Amino acid sequence: MAEESKTPLLDELEKGPWPSFVTDIKMAAKRKPETMDLLNQLELSYEEKIGHWKHGGIVGVMGYGGGVIGRYSDRPDLFPGVKDFHTLRVNMPTGWFYTTKALRTICDIWDKRGSGMTNFHGSTGDIILLGTDTDQLQPLFDDLSEAGFDLGGSGSDLRTPSACCGPARCEWACFDNLQMCYDMTMEYQMELHRPMWPYKFKFKFSGCPNDCVAAVARADMSFIGTWRDDIQVNDDEIAAYAEGGLDIQADVADNCPTKCISYDASSKKIKIDNSNCVRCMHCINVMPKALKPGKERGCTLMAGAKAPILMGARLSSVIVPFVPKEKLEPPYEWFKDFIDRLWEWWDENGKFRERFGELLDRVGMRVFLKAMDMEPIPQMIEAPRTNPFVFWWPEDVETSGKEAK
Amino acid sequence: MPAKTDIGPPYFKDFLPKVILDNYGKWDYHEIVKPGVLMHVGESGDKLWSVRVGGARLICTDRVREYCDIADEFCDGHFRFTSRHNVEFLVADEAKLEPLIKVLTDKGYPIGGTGNGITSIVHTQGWVHCHTPATDASGPVKAVMDELIDYFTGVKTLPAQLRIALACCLNMCGAVHCSDIAILGIHRKPPKPDVNKLPKVCEVPSTISSCPTYAIKPKKLEDGTKSIEINDERCMYCGNCYTMCPAMPLADPEADGIAIWVGGKVSNARSGPKFSKLAIPFLPNNPPRWPEVVDAIKNIVELYAADARKYERVGDWIERIGWETFFDKTGIPFTDMHIDDFDGGAPPPHIAFRTTAQFRF
Ligand code: HEM
Ligand code: HEM
Ligand code: HEM
Ligand code: SF4
Ligand code: SF4
Ligand code: SF4
Ligand code: SF4
Repeated sequence: MAEESKTPLLDELEKGPWPSFVTDIKMAAKRKPETMDLLNQLELSYEEKIGHWKHGGIVGVMGYGGGVIGRYSDRPDLFPGVKDFHTLRVNMPTGWFYTTKALRTICDIWDKRGSGMTNFHGSTGDIILLGTDTDQLQPLFDDLSEAGFDLGGSGSDLRTPSACCGPARCEWACFDNLQMCYDMTMEYQMELHRPMWPYKFKFKFSGCPNDCVAAVARADMSFIGTWRDDIQVNDDEIAAYAEGGLDIQADVADNCPTKCISYDASSKKIKIDNSNCVRCMHCINVMPKALKPGKERGCTLMAGAKAPILMGARLSSVIVPFVPKEKLEPPYEWFKDFIDRLWEWWDENGKFRERFGELLDRVGMRVFLKAMDMEPIPQMIEAPRTNPFVFWWPEDVETSGKEAK
Repeated sequence: MPAKTDIGPPYFKDFLPKVILDNYGKWDYHEIVKPGVLMHVGESGDKLWSVRVGGARLICTDRVREYCDIADEFCDGHFRFTSRHNVEFLVADEAKLEPLIKVLTDKGYPIGGTGNGITSIVHTQGWVHCHTPATDASGPVKAVMDELIDYFTGVKTLPAQLRIALACCLNMCGAVHCSDIAILGIHRKPPKPDVNKLPKVCEVPSTISSCPTYAIKPKKLEDGTKSIEINDERCMYCGNCYTMCPAMPLADPEADGIAIWVGGKVSNARSGPKFSKLAIPFLPNNPPRWPEVVDAIKNIVELYAADARKYERVGDWIERIGWETFFDKTGIPFTDMHIDDFDGGAPPPHIAFRTTAQFRF
């Protein structure tokens, strides 16, 4: 007779069509008996409906202030295998493209030094190596470094920058977001590995306004590819879509948010009033063979997104509506100068655990713009203010009052 | 020998397959050949097929090696992961496409996640590895995806993409605040501070200042030691103080559970990005399969599938029919919990009250 399972609740999650994490933990535990305690402790959580991890404990590797999450079981008496069970964040290759050779190397190192459990990937994009002892951290890092990998960010530092697959596999990428993401990761290794700011800071690079890495929602500095000139139209392909049964009037023109597309069903041609196009991507998404972003490409630079903690969620908002593609290529002098000044302003003015966007809201855009020596423009706002409680710059009152005379 | 530091990640171009290097930045167009299979065509005429499969995110090295074996056999040793934890096998040789799909199908991997349906759920650690969760992450995700898998594999389709995300506490590592449907672990009881132990293990001032709503006040113990007390009425159970100080535990088996949020989006397509809004304030934790949560999500998805117009995301749909109609049609009770009264926040100002006389009955 088969041995009775010690994890009857979790066994339920091996049923059903979706891949099961329980199956994976059991697979790892076959080779690494201590990993079974991860499952056993989780079973207790499922019984008691409460977690069993303690946080804290400063753990890390030499020379770095981040990249490791310390984790201890609160029931080491029951689950000695996960007494300490720390996580290493490993900086993924930009765009999450891998060779099997590199991945096998990581697997070999991780099987030698840890639980055999991973996340591909963590929410910020890192490879997460989930669970190892304190004394394995340094040798693990040494092995990874030897194999050409490095740690990602954690704590109040630059978090691992991430990018959508961009020009590697998407025809809509409006700039080389992979290259820029990689170059910025390399440029700011110091900031990535050594927490020294009020709080965390994230870069995310999406190639177009579809924003497949959710930069607008998840990055303090969001790069969203866009274009300035006219959408490229291929009339023959439009006609082919129409002949293929696509209802261009209903599916494309009527869904355009600014109603700037007119469709002539008799000639099977569309006309776009590009001066009114807000570059939402809808028409291009529906007819990728017929329409393409324009040729004058670049990105919109937005800043300030964060999760609700502490003062409510914030999406990134426009800082520079259009940065031409040429400025998004090495040596990036403009951007390096810009971000250095922005970080300095945030560092000087931000409170402990205050994200950049929260500081922006607390002191006001006008203070930020002045510090950065930037001009306000209407693309930064949804609509002008509705309250009359304007803070005037005293010097402006002086000059504008005099002008009237 | 000490390890080299600050070497950064490997250069991504060293990991790109030849067909991608050849066509980098020169892709012409793509088609979704069938659910889960994208075909990208380069200006050169080269073709690349990507086969997208769902994964558990929490996976073991044996699984990664199995992906590697498959990629070695069919993809010249190259594959990638997506931003939502899917795996994409990249094939340049059309002759290998169907054999690859067959192997993946035989091994039980769900192929899909493209087009107007549901792709993998972005999620966090939960009881598997974090200290502040109010629910598990991998368990509810598995239970929900088991139920909704037909929308992943393309057996059923939706009016538009529907993105689901899960975060196991208000920190929202899983970034659920702009999802079509968000599953959020919530605590509902203030922390139970161990006031005697606290001064020994924590810094009192930083514990006090960790609270965003100023719910923690200094208080002297009888022997004169400085400790703290909590003004329960001001606490919104964020767990921030517990992250600062382990003597402030707030998890509670009966009070903890899940809230469901709806109507957020990230892309700019048609309407702009928007936040998710509260639909169901609380559902109990009911492991291992969270049936209340699964049913609630299924109810919303099916109603949306039947009622929304083509290309309407969940948020666009609700804005068109109105929130009163949404609550009416879903049968979800509207409560005082739904009305925003949190004033801990600075700007942006509350937008939650309706200031027009336009409504539906
Ligand atoms: C005050 C806010 C936050 C706190 C205290 C916090 C705390 C934590 C902790 C303790 C972990 C470790 C989980 C584990 O044991 O593996 C974690 C993981 C993580 N957090 Fe946060 N977090 C916060 C907000 C965020 C936000 C806003 C994001 C993203 C935008 C984020 C992204 C991540 C990521 C990517 C991980 C890795 C684990 C995963 O992918 O699930 N966190 N966080
Ligand atoms: C500190 C701020 C404000 C002060 C001191 C103030 C003061 C006043 C005063 C003295 C009146 C005239 C009452 C009368 O007819 O005898 C008035 C009228 C009015 N105020 Fe204000 N007000 C303020 C802010 C606002 C704001 C922010 C709004 C709207 C957003 C507003 C909307 C109005 C309206 C609609 C009237 C009636 C105007 C009319 O008769 O057509 N007030 N306010
Ligand atoms: C409304 C439009 C769109 C939205 C909201 C959107 C959203 C997303 C999301 C959520 C992902 C993660 C996918 C996953 O892992 O399953 C994604 C990835 C991706 N999307 Fe889109 N997408 C949109 C349009 C498109 C279209 C039309 C294409 C056409 C090819 C596209 C190409 C991609 C690619 C290539 C990825 C993989 C990106 C990566 O992981 O680096 N997206 N998109
Ligand atoms: S964000 Fe745009 S460029 Fe990047 S993968 Fe998505 S659709 Fe392509
Ligand atoms: S990109 Fe959007 S706004 Fe511009 S024409 Fe197409 S549908 Fe209209
Ligand atoms: S969302 Fe909360 S509980 Fe979940 S991993 Fe992040 S901090 Fe931990
Ligand atoms: S849980 Fe959050 S709101 Fe409640 S006392 Fe702690 S920090 Fe303050």
